[in-house]
Amino acid sequence: MMTLSKETLTIQREPDVIYFRNKAKEYAVKIGMSMVGQTKLITAASELVRNMLRYANGGEAVLEIVIRNNIKGVRLTFADKGPGIKDVKQAMQDGFSTGRSLGLGLPGAKRLSNEFDIKSEVGKGTTVTIIRWKNGL
Amino acid sequence: MKSETAAFLKKNKKRLLEAWVQNQMSDSTLRDDLISNEELSKQSDDLLDALLVALGSGKLNVDSDKFQPVSDILSELSVTRARQGFSPRETSMFVMSLKKAFYAMLEDQYKNDPATLYQETVELNNLLDSMSIVTMETFIQGREEVILRQTDEISEISTPVIRVWEGILALPIIGTLDSARTQVVMENLLQQIVETGSRIAILDISGVPTVDSLVAQHLIKTVSATRLMGAECIISGIRAEIAQTIVHLGIDLSGINTKASLASALKLAYSMLGIEVRRAERKTIF
Repeated sequence: MMTLSKETLTIQREPDVIYFRNKAKEYAVKIGMSMVGQTKLITAASELVRNMLRYANGGEAVLEIVIRNNIKGVRLTFADKGPGIKDVKQAMQDGFSTGRSLGLGLPGAKRLSNEFDIKSEVGKGTTVTIIRWKNGL
Repeated sequence: MKSETAAFLKKNKKRLLEAWVQNQMSDSTLRDDLISNEELSKQSDDLLDALLVALGSGKLNVDSDKFQPVSDILSELSVTRARQGFSPRETSMFVMSLKKAFYAMLEDQYKNDPATLYQETVELNNLLDSMSIVTMETFIQGREEVILRQTDEISEISTPVIRVWEGILALPIIGTLDSARTQVVMENLLQQIVETGSRIAILDISGVPTVDSLVAQHLIKTVSATRLMGAECIISGIRAEIAQTIVHLGIDLSGINTKASLASALKLAYSMLGIEVRRAERKTIF
């Protein structure tokens, strides 16, 4: 996998969510992703950025255009230095939330993306990486 | 600065002002569409007056008390210019063009005394640089005030509740639904339900760019509150891609009436209220 272009944004406040979403859309449009694909990517991005703001008081979000086997995709990486997730398996279950939300953010984001990876260490922070390919279903 | 230099500049104020105004007028950044020549001359005159008084005080330091009137005039001027829509370059030209006028005068006076000329020029240069910084600082402040005011204005744009029919309310939601916005929407809606005795409310989300779980949660809350008031909610404006995303996210909206367009929501509302809309039977003339 190769990275074609890369950009890092700092997420600190609520308006950053909207700015980041628009950036993600820009990237998706750039590689010619379908409308449904764009919407799925942006929604997943929205969930993950919000999580970062809500549970870790913000962090860094990286946007990348990647290419693998001649197919382009958008990779988003969300890294925070928050409290971390105690039980990642539990956090990935539908309806589980420690913050009185619907508990669909993480599992939903996973379903909305083609590739999903989460690494979390208590006390150190959480890093979530998602990829949506141009031709992804 | 030497007192004789200050005195000399004071004596030649008229020439200095003329040269400065001339510099401003001939510069390509002159915005005669935003400011009249008379006003420009007046502003230049005011600033020069204050500056020449301060120059007589000896030490040239913008932050000193003696220079307070100069800073005040500069600050007010650049804040006003920021509001009027001047660019940073156009604003800083005001002070920058004064440099040229000063240099010409000093050169004239100290033609035969290069050492003094150099010293006075450096001092004056430092002073004018600090004055430019003051101008820029306040200019940016002025711009920031504009931005803050706009932010306030945007958040004040409340979501309107439209009475589309007797007993039917419609709420077009445009933009992102965050917690604060949902509160405003809900309050407006519930109040209108009471005031108009409406039984159906249509929430149109065509203008909401992204429906994530937070937005969905806010929508569900609004629907529940409406139901508690004895009214029914219809959510309309769900685009195809939004529908697919909602399903993937795992949000359950099955208990809520949803429609793709406002028109079909209105149709559903009519049938719920037992209203029939028909084309009038009219004899056509042709």
